[in-house]
Amino acid sequence: MTFNSLPLLSLLIWTPIIGGIWVLIAGDRQEQTVKYFAFAVAILTFIFSVILYCWFDPDYAGMQFVEEADWITTFNIKYHLGVDGIALPLILLSSFTTILVILAAWEVIEKHISYYMCAFLVLTGLMNGVFAALDAILFYVYWEAMLIPMFLIIGIWGGPNRVYATVKFFLYTFLGSVFMLVAFLYLYSAADSFNIQALHDVPLSLTAQKYIFIAFFLAFAVKIPMWPVHTWLPDAHVEAPTGGSVILAALMLKMGGYGFLRFSLPITPDASLFFNEAMIVLSLIAIVYIGFIALVQEDMKKLIAYSSISHMGFVTLGFFIPFSIMAASGSPASAIMGMEGAMMQMISHGFISAAMFLCVGVMYDRMHSRMIKDYGGVVNSMPYFAAFMMLFAMANAGLPGTSGFVGEFLVILSSFEANFWIAFTAALTLILGAAYTLWLYKRVVFGEITQDAVAKLQDINGRETFILFLLAIVVLIFGIWPAPLFDIMHVTVEQLVQHVSQTKIL
Amino acid sequence: MNADLIIVLPEITLLALACLILIIDAFSKDPAHLLTYWTTQASLLIVLALILFDFPTNTAIAFHGSFVSDAMSATLKAFMCGISCVVFFYSYEYVKERNCVQGEYFVLGLFAVLGMMIMTSAYSLLSVYLGLELLSLSLYAMVAMQRDSSSASEAAMKYFVLGALASGMLLYGISMIYGLTGSLQLMTIAETINVDATNRMYFVYGMIFMIIGIAFKLGAAPFHMWVPDVYQGAPTSVTLFISTAPKIAAFAMAMRVLVDGLMPLISDWQSILIILAVLSMATGNIIAIAQTNIKRMLAYSTIAHVGFLFLGLIAGTLSGFSGSMFYIISYALMSMGAFGMIILLGRNGFEADLLEDFKGLAERNPWFAFVMLCIMFSMAGVPPFLGFWSKWFVLKELVASGFVELAGIAVVFSIIGVYYYLRIIKLMYFDTPNAMTSVKSSKQMRFVLSMNGLLILALGLAPNILMALCLTVLSG
Repeated sequence: MTFNSLPLLSLLIWTPIIGGIWVLIAGDRQEQTVKYFAFAVAILTFIFSVILYCWFDPDYAGMQFVEEADWITTFNIKYHLGVDGIALPLILLSSFTTILVILAAWEVIEKHISYYMCAFLVLTGLMNGVFAALDAILFYVYWEAMLIPMFLIIGIWGGPNRVYATVKFFLYTFLGSVFMLVAFLYLYSAADSFNIQALHDVPLSLTAQKYIFIAFFLAFAVKIPMWPVHTWLPDAHVEAPTGGSVILAALMLKMGGYGFLRFSLPITPDASLFFNEAMIVLSLIAIVYIGFIALVQEDMKKLIAYSSISHMGFVTLGFFIPFSIMAASGSPASAIMGMEGAMMQMISHGFISAAMFLCVGVMYDRMHSRMIKDYGGVVNSMPYFAAFMMLFAMANAGLPGTSGFVGEFLVILSSFEANFWIAFTAALTLILGAAYTLWLYKRVVFGEITQDAVAKLQDINGRETFILFLLAIVVLIFGIWPAPLFDIMHVTVEQLVQHVSQTKIL
Repeated sequence: MNADLIIVLPEITLLALACLILIIDAFSKDPAHLLTYWTTQASLLIVLALILFDFPTNTAIAFHGSFVSDAMSATLKAFMCGISCVVFFYSYEYVKERNCVQGEYFVLGLFAVLGMMIMTSAYSLLSVYLGLELLSLSLYAMVAMQRDSSSASEAAMKYFVLGALASGMLLYGISMIYGLTGSLQLMTIAETINVDATNRMYFVYGMIFMIIGIAFKLGAAPFHMWVPDVYQGAPTSVTLFISTAPKIAAFAMAMRVLVDGLMPLISDWQSILIILAVLSMATGNIIAIAQTNIKRMLAYSTIAHVGFLFLGLIAGTLSGFSGSMFYIISYALMSMGAFGMIILLGRNGFEADLLEDFKGLAERNPWFAFVMLCIMFSMAGVPPFLGFWSKWFVLKELVASGFVELAGIAVVFSIIGVYYYLRIIKLMYFDTPNAMTSVKSSKQMRFVLSMNGLLILALGLAPNILMALCLTVLSG
């Protein structure tokens, strides 16, 4: 911890926000400058996150790069930041995705390019804030403030039904979050602090834990989203511009998962144990039922949105299966494996869903349609694109060798320790996921060209190739060699499993 | 000089200056009434300076226990004067634009401010009533000032009749309490109720009538009927005034009566306020959704905010009261910005008071669309704006006092409320404008309103100053 003099986390939060404000002031008139500046800010943010990764000590279980300053002294609310093995991968993911999003908008966004760049940069800063905050109220401020740019992104640059989608998105997520706020306020009266680590340690009765768990559940289950509170996601995805969909799928859903790990499990371990079976059932419903729903979609974006919900079912399964494992076999090793698998699934889904949405975006920019029936035979006119999409479709289906396989495999493997039927049901996704993804791929890319417009399609240009190439590399690297990611999070997850296996009831 | 007189020096100064301005205006031939306007602003600033210069460090009581000066009253008065300054500035821009400047507006405004200051410092039920009537009568006249406007006359009539009824209720309650305690002085009343256990039911009876009076003045449901009509019918300049400083005064009155005078009955008034709070939040937030006129929508939003304001009082602790004080001050700042925005967008012959008029504002004027966005998100209670912290503060104190379920109900209604604030943002950002009319108002107006919006953002990022202030002035 020799480099603590550099406030890396603050830089990760404020560089994009201040850069975004500058972009907004520069305005639409200097279009080229704005784009290059936004790109530079995104690169700079990514460099900061890489430095963060390099200086991160994976053997230390506590918080690192801690920054603490007074904010609201009256109530002892602090500007308190820090990362551990759970937060770091998500910060890396968010800085990386921002670069893609800014590149993806380069020639596509014609209306108010400066607002667009500003909204995404500010969003990145706020998301980094969510992952780095160690004070519950600071966390809440970032968490809610982030809704504002996303609301505008879907509403201004979205599709025909954008107003409905964005208002639904805002109200749904706001609904969940306010109960989380009440839970924080209740915890404050118990712990006399908003410090997240202090909240982890405060003893609570089972009844109190249950209510707090439900309040947290409302916030995080809506965000991640779990069945049956997922209905905002397909709407928001379909109407959002490509960049908005990418951020939604790659990052915003992960905030729900992060919330479970940071708040629900450690603050209410006994309630988590109590509700564990219900959560597993909900996860399995998401995996199987939503998988079937994805199968019948006619809109490409909607299909990928449902596939996201189904994949997120794996994440929640991985978070809550450890309780069953501990009850069944008492082996912390498989519990840790399940949780790490879920984390891996979050990161990998971040890349794969981003790639899938970018692929749809590439086609949408040319054809202005998201309907599967408008395509067919794309491979004839866009061979390079088809090759990339092939890889991502395979990854989405969980093919070994891609990052999509690792997480699912670990979660299924650890589920066997708990109950054969849970594992069996979860494994159905390998069939379902392959079915809906590959069927989508077949209908869009293969076959005869039926539409004249498809025959005239131009293959991807240099910029698009670059974006997809970056993602392809990452998907393959983490598929073949996921060890660096596990190294970062192993100690933290180990400690988390140990923490949640102890009761907090006095 | 007599010590009593020093304590009321700000009030006396304001009274003298208001009378002076009345005379100045009578002899003024300037149709723009520039002199009246500037002297009004100057007198408010003088009074503000007097309050801040001689900021009371401890409680001082004057005139045989009918007037009190403490840190809370001084703070609230300072905010009233400061906010009234900005309000008069916005109002002057409004009437100047329409060539209907009336000198009486400012004189009445000053008398209203005087009434508010007396309410804030009242320590006996008689001075509470005097201050309240001075404020209310000035407001009735201000609403009715545009004689040709039928909607304004209707609003004034409705306001006056219902206001008189509420005053009657209040007086009846006061007479009950007086009959039981033999005193009008709040401190004596509190002591008597504490000692006298046999007459508790009669005290509660009197208290209920007084709460009705307070609820009416604040505009809490089910005593809110006048609010939408008056807000919509009155000229925007007057609505702006009604919705800001007088709300702070009504809060001060609630504090004086309920906390200073009727604190021994807290368990009784808590349960009444819970009903009022839930009803207000429900009525305000749900009915606001159906409005097409933004002034009327903001009226219902006021009702909902008053419900939230009560939550801090219900908490029943000093920090809970501080939360309410924080809430009302932030509400006044936001409301000032929202009505200021309506004035900014309007011009002679065009009021900009329909939701439609905000369509496509982001295309026409991106900066003020952003300012309005800040104000709306702030009212909705979305961080990082000031409005979030005011909700946060009262909810926190409510939960700390054990009313977790009530806090849950409150947040549900605040979600419903978010919808209609979002609609304004939707109109500004997602819709295309009907006509590309640009915003034509003076540079000063743009500057002050921009500062108003930025203040809401800045206080949202650093709420500590205001929170600490509200906490310290109440805990003494």
